[in-house]
Amino acid sequence: MEHITTPKVENVKLLDRYTNRKPANGTLYLTATHLIYVDASAEVRKETWILHHHIATVEKLPLTTSGCPLLIHCKNFRVAHFVIGHERDCHEVYTSLLKLSQPVKPEELYAFSYNPKMPKDNREIGWKLIDLKVDYQRMGIPNDFWEITDANKDYEVCNTYPPEIVVPKAANKATVLGSSKFRSRGRIPVLSYLYKENNAAICRCSQPLSGFSARCLEDEQMLQAIRQANPGSPFMYVVDTRPKLNAMANRAAGKGYENEDNYDNIRFKFIGIENIHVMRSSLQKLLEVCETKSPSMSDFLTGLENSGWLRHIKAVMDAGVFLAKAVKEEKASVLVHCSDGWDRTAQVCSLASLLLDPFYRTFKGLMVLIEKEWIAMGHKFSHRCGHLDGDLKEVSPVFTQFTECVWQLMQQFPCAFEFNERFLLEIHDHVYSCQFGNFLGTCHREREALKIFEKTHSLWPFLLQKKQEFRNPLYKGFTAYKELKPNTLPFSFQFWCGMYNRFDKGMHPKQCVLDHLLNCMSQKMKLEDSATDLENKLPFLDGPLPDEVCSLSKIVNASVESSKTPMLNTPQDYESEPPALLTNGAIVEEVDIMPSRDQKNKENFVNHHDLPDLHSTMEVIESDAKKEKLQYQ
Amino acid sequence: MEFAELIKTPRADNVVLHRPFYPAVEGTLCLTGHHLILSSRRQDNSEELWLLHSNIDSIEKRFVGSLGTIIIKCKDLRIIQLDIPGMEECLNIASSIEALSTLDSVTLMYPFFYRPMFEVVEDGWHSFLPEREFELLSSVTNEWRLSYVNKEFSVCPSYPPAVTVPKSIDDEALRRVATFRHGGRFPVLSYYHKKNGMVMMRSSQPLTGTNGRRCKEDSALINATLRAGKRGYIIDTRSLNVAQQARAKGGGFEQEVQYPQWRRIHKSVERYNILQESLIKLVEACNDQSHNMDRWLSKLEASNWLTHIKEILTAACLAAQCIDREGASVLVHGTEGTDSTLQITSLAQIILDPRCRTIRGFEALIEREWLQAGHPFQQRCAQSAYSNSKQKWESPVFFLFLDCVWQTLRQFPCSFEFNGHFLIMLFENAYASQFGTFLGNNESERCKLKLPQKTMSLWSWVNQPYELSKFKNPLFEANSLVIWPSVAPQSLQLWEGVFLRWNRSSKFLDEACEEMNNIIEYNKELQAKVNALRRQLAELETDDGMQESS
Repeated sequence: MEHITTPKVENVKLLDRYTNRKPANGTLYLTATHLIYVDASAEVRKETWILHHHIATVEKLPLTTSGCPLLIHCKNFRVAHFVIGHERDCHEVYTSLLKLSQPVKPEELYAFSYNPKMPKDNREIGWKLIDLKVDYQRMGIPNDFWEITDANKDYEVCNTYPPEIVVPKAANKATVLGSSKFRSRGRIPVLSYLYKENNAAICRCSQPLSGFSARCLEDEQMLQAIRQANPGSPFMYVVDTRPKLNAMANRAAGKGYENEDNYDNIRFKFIGIENIHVMRSSLQKLLEVCETKSPSMSDFLTGLENSGWLRHIKAVMDAGVFLAKAVKEEKASVLVHCSDGWDRTAQVCSLASLLLDPFYRTFKGLMVLIEKEWIAMGHKFSHRCGHLDGDLKEVSPVFTQFTECVWQLMQQFPCAFEFNERFLLEIHDHVYSCQFGNFLGTCHREREALKIFEKTHSLWPFLLQKKQEFRNPLYKGFTAYKELKPNTLPFSFQFWCGMYNRFDKGMHPKQCVLDHLLNCMSQKMKLEDSATDLENKLPFLDGPLPDEVCSLSKIVNASVESSKTPMLNTPQDYESEPPALLTNGAIVEEVDIMPSRDQKNKENFVNHHDLPDLHSTMEVIESDAKKEKLQYQ
Repeated sequence: MEFAELIKTPRADNVVLHRPFYPAVEGTLCLTGHHLILSSRRQDNSEELWLLHSNIDSIEKRFVGSLGTIIIKCKDLRIIQLDIPGMEECLNIASSIEALSTLDSVTLMYPFFYRPMFEVVEDGWHSFLPEREFELLSSVTNEWRLSYVNKEFSVCPSYPPAVTVPKSIDDEALRRVATFRHGGRFPVLSYYHKKNGMVMMRSSQPLTGTNGRRCKEDSALINATLRAGKRGYIIDTRSLNVAQQARAKGGGFEQEVQYPQWRRIHKSVERYNILQESLIKLVEACNDQSHNMDRWLSKLEASNWLTHIKEILTAACLAAQCIDREGASVLVHGTEGTDSTLQITSLAQIILDPRCRTIRGFEALIEREWLQAGHPFQQRCAQSAYSNSKQKWESPVFFLFLDCVWQTLRQFPCSFEFNGHFLIMLFENAYASQFGTFLGNNESERCKLKLPQKTMSLWSWVNQPYELSKFKNPLFEANSLVIWPSVAPQSLQLWEGVFLRWNRSSKFLDEACEEMNNIIEYNKELQAKVNALRRQLAELETDDGMQESS
């Protein structure tokens, strides 16, 4: 709280990014955790809540006649453009937000103060919801070839791996330790996923410290053990997810990649996924395109292309598909690495698992997958998401890309996932929110040191409580699809408006099929209940039911009526071209149309997380147009 | 002329057919007057191909030794390949297909030969008569009349015999206005907005020429639609520059001095071969599977197709906005008033009028705003994306309109009674059909061809309950509101149902549609069951009550 000098500022405008609509006018509050904006100009109280941890950047723009603009970019891609009346207020809010959004010490993170009213036991039980051992059991591990070992219980093998890891039974302690000396940061090959049907495995590690010629017997034995754990295949793939050039450059630093001559029966392959820095700047470019005010179609498509974002998404997807194919069709095990094996490797391994195993397409399954491949295996959430004030060069949208790949798959296979888009967005929000302990720190060891299991809550039980709103009504169940074979031609990838323009509601479909179907689902339950109820009241009824629909039951009909999906329904600014000149030099009155004042109160469906975003034309422009008219009269 | 003359080789054996989503199949190829048929002679007819010659957009021949290959590119964007043994046979078949797919006489087209296999319950040729449409209008306003001034097609060759005009304007005035408008297309009523009594009219450009010719009947006609003291908007679908250049050729636009009660807005919408080229480029990009992501996006951008979609939708939204939000009447025209004008007026109606979002209402809209309004279908849809003829009159104007409707449907998935398949069906039939509906360029030509007597209407077939069931949107809930689509680039998408249809399987998307249908159908059944049970219970209770009281 010591950072908050001005907890409340009145007369703050919130500009709408896409339209010339009259800006909202209201009050801005700063709390210990949130920035809250209450729109006073709306007929219905509208609140915008922005978590301090979600704030990526705060900028003070040059003073304008209407006040001092404050531009806030959020990590969940919200952009809020405030105008504060007094420069002094603006500056104080600005400095407060700078400090609040970039905590220095981990203890300042929201998770350590978040205290939902629930019994202490629930918190502990919550952390036990996801048990990775159960997932390994599901794969049939331990078995003749694989075992779960606590070799890393004191982080002796690798300090960024969890205490328990899955390695080939044939690899003894000496092999494990020896291999760890030859792998960057000790990240030895461990099992990520075992495809039970044919014993092909996906394993992951970091790059070998091979330099130009170094070898390591134990590492070679380790790979051999992995290959032999899959007796059905004479070879295994070693996939380096980096572009070849990057991998070669690493050799000069004593790192690099596997030499096919030194390892028995491996097939080595590069898959060119770019590094975290390229991805960071690609996202930056994408967001600039998304933020452009009334871009032309050309501007948008050219910007989308130049950002390279979809190219990178496709690269990750292609890699996932390659892995899944190798395992399923070629029955070969795959060892995957990049440099440290915690970014691209995590993306690719988790995507391949998702393609191969329908379990990971369920609520529980996706949670397990994220816990296993991302959290446990040491994806540096804290650095990649910039949880704490730190090196900006460490920030990169690696997890965002994985989330998008899942979404792209959902577009191609709408019935294959138990959850819907909102579930992905919710997880993505919480990766950045620091409200729950799961994504704090960079690895298991650090989370233990932070005592997150004692001091914070786990996200997953919280999400399961909201299962109804996150479910996919079209889900056809666990057995409907086995492995997914997505089309990876460029036209199969779509721009994810729901993520990158998520808070620009005006751009989204105005009626939501998902809401409609979710309503159907809840209605279905009610109807089934009343059918059973009624049937019980008619115990002596045996004959067939009359088929015709009866109009008597107004009650049920009425409930159907009221469940109509809310609709945001106002025109946007369709007239945005510069005025054309007449021959006499006068400006053709390219008139801006004012929306009538009787706007239906459709916007009150927007919840407090959403920016009001009603597209219509703006008074300011209208008055400008009037001025112009006078000029030429 | 006998078709037999054109068919040099009526059949060929051992022909191998390659087509999207099916394994190659060998069979016998037969050419008839209107169809290309490939039959594998298996018991089930699943391996058969029946292709209308008029659906063929272009063909290519290739030879490897004596094995000939014909690649057939269809107007519905499908590409199929026939491997035909024997060079001579192959050449004969190719030239026959070429001749049969480019017949120049309309009366030789398949609709004149097609005999329906279904019972006609409702003759589509009479489903949407102007008189009936006018009746609907008369029930809400008496300010309009149905004029038969064009009974003989003498005032305006591209207008239907009956048009709706302001009551206060007599036929003599209409004749004079017709001489002042391009092609005689004087302003007529396109849409009446019940909510506020505002109207949308359409016409062609005024023939002001360079010396500013004027016509007082013209301004009287359009002023007759204005309320006292109110101003209207003229939406010119050309840029100001193009409109000015038109004066040199005798055309022009409404000058402020002569039309002081009207504000003119120029909203440029592309036309003619620019659109055709855009379509060709887009389809080329979609069909080339060797593209990487960057190349795909840059080809998509360079095709400009989505730019055109955005332009058209924006102009339509503007027209709708003038009417609904500004409470003003609108006149829409470009040059001829047969293309971009109709795109705008018909889309504006979809935005404004819930009736146009029902199946019958949409059919009526196409009948009114496209067929009777004189969109030259025969010229515009003569060729599709694989054409190399580059004729100025070929242009995917109606195709773009359907795409814009699809974009709107995507944004308001619960507000339309029909689904995407309905739009695809219309696209297919506009380019090649067994029905006479889209033949000819206007009512006058259709009359001369005696289409209603000699051919079957598309609507007769579509409006059968079984066919309709395939085109119904399960999510539909009547929405009486005006719907405002977003025209932001992020909101507009490639119409995958058409452009990617033959390039990737839609199996999983179809399954999703089916699942959605099931969910909604099941709920309806449940609801019916609950209702029936309720009624039964109520009946029993009254019975009991009566028994007790007796």
